[in-house]
Amino acid sequence: MSVDPRGLRPSYSFPQHVLAEIHRAADQGLYEIRGYGAKRHLPTFDDLVFLGASVSRYPLEGYRERCGTDVTIGARFAKKPIHLKIPITIAGMSFGALGANAKEALGRAATEMGTSTTTGDGGMTEEERRSSKTLVYQVLPSRYGMNPDDLRRADAIEVVVGQGAKPGGGGMLLGMKITERVAKMRTLPVGIDQRSACRHPDWTGPDDLTIKIQEIREITDWEKPIYVKVGATRTRYDVALAVKAGADAVVVDGMQGGTAATQDVFIEHAGIPTLPAVRLAVEALQELDMHRKVQLIVSGGIRSGADVAKALALGADAVSIGVAAMVALGCNRPMFIEDYHALGTEPGFCHHCHTGKCPVGVTTQIPELQARLKPEQGARWLKNYLTVMTLEAQTLARACGKSHVHNLEPDDLVALTVEAAAMAKVPLAGTDWIPGQNSRY
Amino acid sequence: MITVDLADTSVRALNDRLHKLQPETNERAWHVINPKGAHALACGLTIPIEVIIEGHAGYYCAGMNKEATVIVNGHAGQGVAENIMSGEVRVKGNASQAAGASGHGGLLVIEGDASARCGISMKGVDIVVGGSVGHMSAFMAQAGSLVVCGDAGASLGDSLYEARLYVQGSVESLGADCVEKKMTPHHIAKLERLLARAGIKTDARRFRRYGSARRLYNFHVDHADAY
Repeated sequence: MSVDPRGLRPSYSFPQHVLAEIHRAADQGLYEIRGYGAKRHLPTFDDLVFLGASVSRYPLEGYRERCGTDVTIGARFAKKPIHLKIPITIAGMSFGALGANAKEALGRAATEMGTSTTTGDGGMTEEERRSSKTLVYQVLPSRYGMNPDDLRRADAIEVVVGQGAKPGGGGMLLGMKITERVAKMRTLPVGIDQRSACRHPDWTGPDDLTIKIQEIREITDWEKPIYVKVGATRTRYDVALAVKAGADAVVVDGMQGGTAATQDVFIEHAGIPTLPAVRLAVEALQELDMHRKVQLIVSGGIRSGADVAKALALGADAVSIGVAAMVALGCNRPMFIEDYHALGTEPGFCHHCHTGKCPVGVTTQIPELQARLKPEQGARWLKNYLTVMTLEAQTLARACGKSHVHNLEPDDLVALTVEAAAMAKVPLAGTDWIPGQNSRY
Repeated sequence: MITVDLADTSVRALNDRLHKLQPETNERAWHVINPKGAHALACGLTIPIEVIIEGHAGYYCAGMNKEATVIVNGHAGQGVAENIMSGEVRVKGNASQAAGASGHGGLLVIEGDASARCGISMKGVDIVVGGSVGHMSAFMAQAGSLVVCGDAGASLGDSLYEARLYVQGSVESLGADCVEKKMTPHHIAKLERLLARAGIKTDARRFRRYGSARRLYNFHVDHADAY
């Protein structure tokens, strides 16, 4: 390999991708819109490790000694709380953003694994209600497709204040994906660039939210758990306010959370990572003596059973996956490579959900592309992935001597970086130091 | 006529009774007294019964109803008839913010004034207001009609889609992408029918029509300052 004699030096402030973005902005006059979650380097659960058994703790036998994974959501007020066999749910993703085959695959896999899926910003489809045994119905600012019959046939209801990818922003679905069917469900003209409202039309602050939640309970005769979902920002206040507003469960979505389409600046520069958000949420619940009474579901960059176990150890009751579920369905798989190239990308780098030309048939409304994802195959892939995540979480829990994944605790964790130690409020490995705590100053 | 006294009964008990009625019920006329601004009155109804609320209703009165008729003999709080699917809601007095928010069908009549954001996000409901509406009315209104016999506040029809707006009085200002459009005989006939359904006697030819300019349907950099 020869050395370039010109001694080219890249700029840290203006690296290649920033230069390319400025050129693109100058050409197009519009902010970059894309799918996926934050790509920048952020503190994640990778910066925490478990302290397995030692002389002072003993483990449980893998595969033989029981390690429970079930969780009940919504017993605070609902007559019919949700019982999940695994603490991993499928996050809200709209029909519109995703194609019908993808939604069906998600439903089938979730049903087989004994967990839930969630509708998104376009309402409930028949495919999803049929295929998903436990379906959470979102009430979003846009209210696209919102109707009380679907509210009544849902198993739980999720009032969406925001999501991690764009806290403070509404949904977005570009013209190419507003087909006849999508347009009809959303009461919109075909082919427009849809932007959802970012605030609810009939309530604003927490006092209104209390009354809104009561209304939803009245309409559904107090049967169904009501979740409140927030993008992680001022998480401590948001969780406390959601509890006081009467939520049965709170869903906190960190900045790594994905989307099918929004402005890149939103994805990369708004919200806090999932790592500090979990602790903030748990502290808010503990302060109100509501930990485990109001369930906490955490999402935003959950990728493996290790992430699941760490989120639970920090105090979450369950996690939710969005991007990871789509990856299991084939997102970024190295197949149909020429179609990735046609989008200007490669498998492993694709974030082009917003174009509607998903090479693997997940985030598309084009029938020929959708046909590439067979619901049975997608369901099998996702079921396998959820099984692996669950086994991984159990492996780590047993290694820490826990007979149920909920028995994992912060004491089982240490941090590898000062940031992670400060954010997760666990000690830096090899020390008993938690930055900001036990300080003399 | 079945009378329910909210001085003696809870809102939960009232809604529970209404929800348990069968489609073939003969208990079709209900009279609710002493509402005292309670929230979520007569919401989530599904069959063609009539509920008269004798007094003021709180938030979300008649929210998400289908087929039923609800009459408020008083004022109504925020979000009256929000997400109405079909049927009719009539407020004899004034209505607070977000009246008829995201309504999909049916008819909402406010005989007095409505407040800010009347018809916000409407998706097919017809709303007829005997008085005036406040600012940001018909914000992001997608389908249906808003008829205002009085005046409209600032930013009427901001970010409008395909809903049709008719105003008899003055409009303080129009919102993004909302423009005045021609009143044709076809529109006058439609408006006359709406006014007749609402039971309001006024001349449809005095109204002006507003609709979407449709410049914001697809982003174009030359319209960037309309955002």
